[in-house]
This record gives sequence, C-alpha cells and structure tokens, in this order.
Amino acid sequence: MQLEQILQYSFSGLSTGAIYALIGIGFSIIFNATGIINFAQGEFVMLGGMLTLFFLELLHLPLWAAVPCAVAVSALAGILFERLAIRPLRQPTPINLVIITIAGSILIRGLAMLLWGKDTHAIPPFSGDEPISIAGATILPQHIWILTITVLIIAVNKFFFYHTISGKAMRACSYNRRAASLVGIDVRRMVLFSFIISSMLGSLAGIIVAPLTMTAYDVGIMLGLKGFCAAIIGGMSSGIATVVGGLILGVLESLGAGLISSGYKDAIAFIILLLILFIRPQGLFGKAESERV
Amino acid sequence: MKKLIAVCGVVCVGLLSATAVFAAGTIKIGGLFAVTGPAAFLGEPERNTAKMVVEEINKAGGVKGHKLELVVYDTSGDATKAVQLATKLIRDDHVAAIIGPSTTGESMAVIPVAEREKVPLISCSAGIKITEPVKKWVFKTAQNDTLAVGKIYEYLQRHKQSKVAILTVSDGFGASGREQLKAQARKYGITIVSDDTYGPKDTDMTAQLTRIRGSRAQAIICWGTNPGPAVIAKNARQLGLKTPLFMSHGVSSKRFIELAGDAAEGIKLPSGKVIVADLLPGSDRQKGALTAFVKDYQKHYRAEGDHFGGHAWDAVMLLKNAIERGGDTRATIRDQLERTRGFAGIGGTFSYSAQDHAGLNKDAFVLVEVKKRHWSIVK
Repeated sequence: MQLEQILQYSFSGLSTGAIYALIGIGFSIIFNATGIINFAQGEFVMLGGMLTLFFLELLHLPLWAAVPCAVAVSALAGILFERLAIRPLRQPTPINLVIITIAGSILIRGLAMLLWGKDTHAIPPFSGDEPISIAGATILPQHIWILTITVLIIAVNKFFFYHTISGKAMRACSYNRRAASLVGIDVRRMVLFSFIISSMLGSLAGIIVAPLTMTAYDVGIMLGLKGFCAAIIGGMSSGIATVVGGLILGVLESLGAGLISSGYKDAIAFIILLLILFIRPQGLFGKAESERV
Repeated sequence: MKKLIAVCGVVCVGLLSATAVFAAGTIKIGGLFAVTGPAAFLGEPERNTAKMVVEEINKAGGVKGHKLELVVYDTSGDATKAVQLATKLIRDDHVAAIIGPSTTGESMAVIPVAEREKVPLISCSAGIKITEPVKKWVFKTAQNDTLAVGKIYEYLQRHKQSKVAILTVSDGFGASGREQLKAQARKYGITIVSDDTYGPKDTDMTAQLTRIRGSRAQAIICWGTNPGPAVIAKNARQLGLKTPLFMSHGVSSKRFIELAGDAAEGIKLPSGKVIVADLLPGSDRQKGALTAFVKDYQKHYRAEGDHFGGHAWDAVMLLKNAIERGGDTRATIRDQLERTRGFAGIGGTFSYSAQDHAGLNKDAFVLVEVKKRHWSIVK
C-alpha cells in the first residue's frame, strides 16, 4: 500500500514537474540570450491556455487548429513585448529590465482579464480522460501528452541550438554579446528570436496543462514562479538540467504534500529555491564560472 | 469668523448625517463590493444584483415615495480599502445603510466603523464571526457555514457513515469550514480520519487524495471555491476513488459542473435553493422570490442568477422592508431590520431578532447532487 502511494506521488510529481520544466526552459532561453529574467513568462503560459479556449469556444475551431493558432498569437505577443517594452529601453540595466518584465506581466494579465473575464475555464483533454493504471498508480492520457511534448520540445531545442545557424548564433550571443556582434551576428534579432521561442514554449506549456489544471487570467503567477524555480535549480541552462530541475521540484512537492503535509507544498518549492541560491547559485549541475577581468 | 462658520458647518453636517437621512427626497444606500480582485466572483454578481433591484424598486415608485439611490464602491477584496470606503460612504455620501462587503475579512474590518458611526450594515459574507456575538448595527444575509456543515453531517449520520476525510482550501473560506467541520463532528458521531489542505491556486491534488485513499474514510468532504474543487473532482476520478465526495456550498453554481465535467457526476453538496429554484415544490415559501430573481437576472445580465447575487438581493429587500415599516433614520432602520420576521428571500427565510442577526436556519440549505450534468435535490 505504502509503495503504491509513493508511486502515485512520484507519477503526479513527474507530470507537474514536466510542466515546470517546460516553463523553466522558456526562462532560461531568454536569460541566456539577453541576460533578462523574464517575469512575464508565466503570462505567456496563461495566454496559451486562454487563447486556445478562445479559438475553441468562440471561433469553434477544432483542437488541432486551435493549438497552433494560440501558439502563433502568443508568439506575436512575445514579439510585441520585445519590440515595445524591451528594445526601446535606453538603459537596459538588469534592475530596469526586471521591473519592465514585471510591469509587462501585470499589463498582460490585466488585458486578459478585460478580454476574457475573471472566470476559470476548462479545456477538453486531447484524448479522453479515462485514467490509465500502471502498477497500482494511475495517470491520465493528458499526462502522457505532457511528458511526450516536453521530451519532444527538449529534443527540438537541442537540435536548434546545436545544429542550426540561428541556434548557434543565439548561443554565441549568450556567451559574449560584443564578440557575437563583432563577427556579424545581429544581436537584436537574436534577442527577438529568444522572445519568440520562449513565448511559444510558454504558451505550449499553458495549452497542454490547461485540460488538467484549467485556466484563468491569473494562472500565470504561480506557474511562472515554479518554472523560475525549476530554471534556477537547473542553473539557467536551456537543456536537460532545467528539465531535471523541474522534475525534481515536481516530485519533491508531491512527496512533501503526500508524506509530510499538504500545507507546505508551495513552501517546499521556495525553500528549495532559497537553498539553491545560497549554496549552489550556479544550479545543481552547473560548473561555477570564473569571471575574467 | 471663518472659524465659527467652519464649526457651524461641521455641526450641521454632523446633525444631518445623524437625523434626516433622506431629506433630499432620495434614500441613499451604500454598497461595498469586491468587484475586482480575488473575490470578484462574489462582488460582481452582488453589485449587479443590487443595481438591478434598486432600479426595479425605483421603477415601481420607490419606497414610500422616496427613490433609492445606490452608491457602490469597489473594495477589490481589500480590508483596508473597505474601511476607507465605508467611512467615505458614511461621512461624505450620508448613506442610510450599507450593504456588503463581500468577504468575511473585509466585513470584520468594517464592523467597528459601522458600530462607531451607528450605521446599519448588512454584510453579504458568510463568516460566522460577523454576527456571533451579535453586534448592534450588523446583520448578514449569507448563510453561515455552520448550517452547510450540519446539512452534510446530517446526511452522513442518516447513512451510518462515521469516518470522514476532510480536504480544505487554505484561505479564509476553507479555514472557517475546517473549523466548523471539526467542531460539529462529535455532535453527529463523526470522526475525522484525515485532515488535509490545499492551496487556492494548486493545480494537482492527487497527493492529498492518495493519502486519503490510504485512510479508511467513508466519505470525503472538500471545502473550497472554484477552481480547486473541480481539480479535486477530476483527480479523484483519475485515482479511481470510490469514496463518496462532498463539496461545500462554495461551488454551488453551474460553473462547477462545467469545470469538473464528467468528474462532477454523483458529487453531493449543500446549497442555497437558487440553483434548484425550478425543482422546488410549489409549497416552498421561497419559490416565488427565487424564480423571480433568476428570471430577472437572466434578463438583465444574460447569466444565471447565483447565490452571491442573492445575498445582495436579500440585503436590498430587507432594507426596503425595514424602511417601509417606518425606518426613516439610521437608528429606526436598524430597529425595523431587527423586527424582520419570516421574510422569504433568496438565501432562505429570514427572521432576525435581538439575539440573532444572521436570521436563517438549516432550511436555508438543500442537499443537491450532480446527475447528468444537472443539479437534483437529494431527498
């Protein structure tokens, strides 16, 4: 019985962890290309869910059409955000950028509230909601979707960043913006790219979780914070480390809620966040970088 | 000289606000609702309903020839703001009485103001502390959660189920429910075998439910407002839990069924009678008011009238009746409110007295069950 319970906790944790990972990757992509921690990332997650709902219910599109539409509109929102809020900034100091992204997140949330109201909405699951039983624990088909899509996205990410010119250029920007621009890389365009990619990732995360968690104008806050937490555990890398970070976070949360007390669930995430920042600010798997002077 | 005029002015304003509340021919009623913010799901229908009812009363000729004027402020669910706005309503707008606020926290904050300024306050929030102990100027229309807990426990007792697991949301509503669930358990011979909570924004409660599955609970009672309970319903289905699931009156609207989908099937909860207005027998005293309210709200706002709007409906109507029976100052309105007997409103049949400013009994609730995506009354 106890074993079954632990298995169930782990399954639940893995699936929520995959969501955190997906959001965390969005954070780290922008961070790596621009040095910005985009606190509006959670809002793109919300946009994904709400836009899908909009296309499904108001325009009566089928699911397979609504999802790409929602992702496309979120990407557009990402472009607008970068163009209107980030690029015109005269003094892009980290603190200014952080404030701008927080302001942006409040603005997007407010607009979403005005457009779609304050209610919570449900999105139908992609392929039914008959639970699947594995060794006494159960998961939903949607969980499999989440895990598969996360794995797929990581693979695509890996390919993009290591095997395409644009991806390599973006990595070059993340290592050294000045050097990158000296060899002819348009750094501004790479920054724009990073916003497009991360807004698409964020919205995709929002879409695949919406059938499980439902969506509302304000779901982005908590999901965004948890995603940020995952990215920190992963040391702000845009690859496997963040995914593992997300999964660890999800499983610990779920185990903590099940075995210790459900009241501490969110506290667990933030205690981990603080511990990592105190003890290993470079992330669990990162090597400490030495600053060259 | 200037000083003297100022003093006179202050005295006059003071006198005005203390005595002739509707010298100008209209009666001002203050409304404090959380129209935005986390409690907007309460405040919005409340404001809409209050506006609608006042409009209708005026169309029908007002109260004793006086038109009603509703002055509404949005508290955004913030207690500090609620206190400021209550003071504003009393001092600047010279209202005869105040309806609201929407949440228990705000109500508790506003109560000292109403008591000090001697203004009747009809709160639309549910917390039992608002009217217990009785405060001279404070009434309320929302049903106590005590009554809702009683309704569930009564049912469990009748069906010889004594071991329950409770799962409550970690906010004001859930904490109050948890307190009541624990306090009344003994009276109905019920033992709580598992006591868990979840966060208002949590999106996965399988961990808690798995733990409950490990306990030997015969029923699960979940106390929260949307969307949490819908997630719990879905999670319970995912885990294949066969234990009967009970919810609180916090989710008794169509929205819950929409959110939880098939997972809502078979869930039981105590609810005010609004959502089952057309299923009620003709002998029910509230039926007239209920069907009128539901139809009216539908016409005005193209949405189903819900309990929250109902709290404001009751508050306005109680005030209207009190004024009609001879309340023409803040003090007499209060006295007349206290003399309300057997007023069949939306939340229940109200009978206030000097000892009871909540005015409802267990009949305010019915136990409903979700069957084929609709509510049905559990006999």
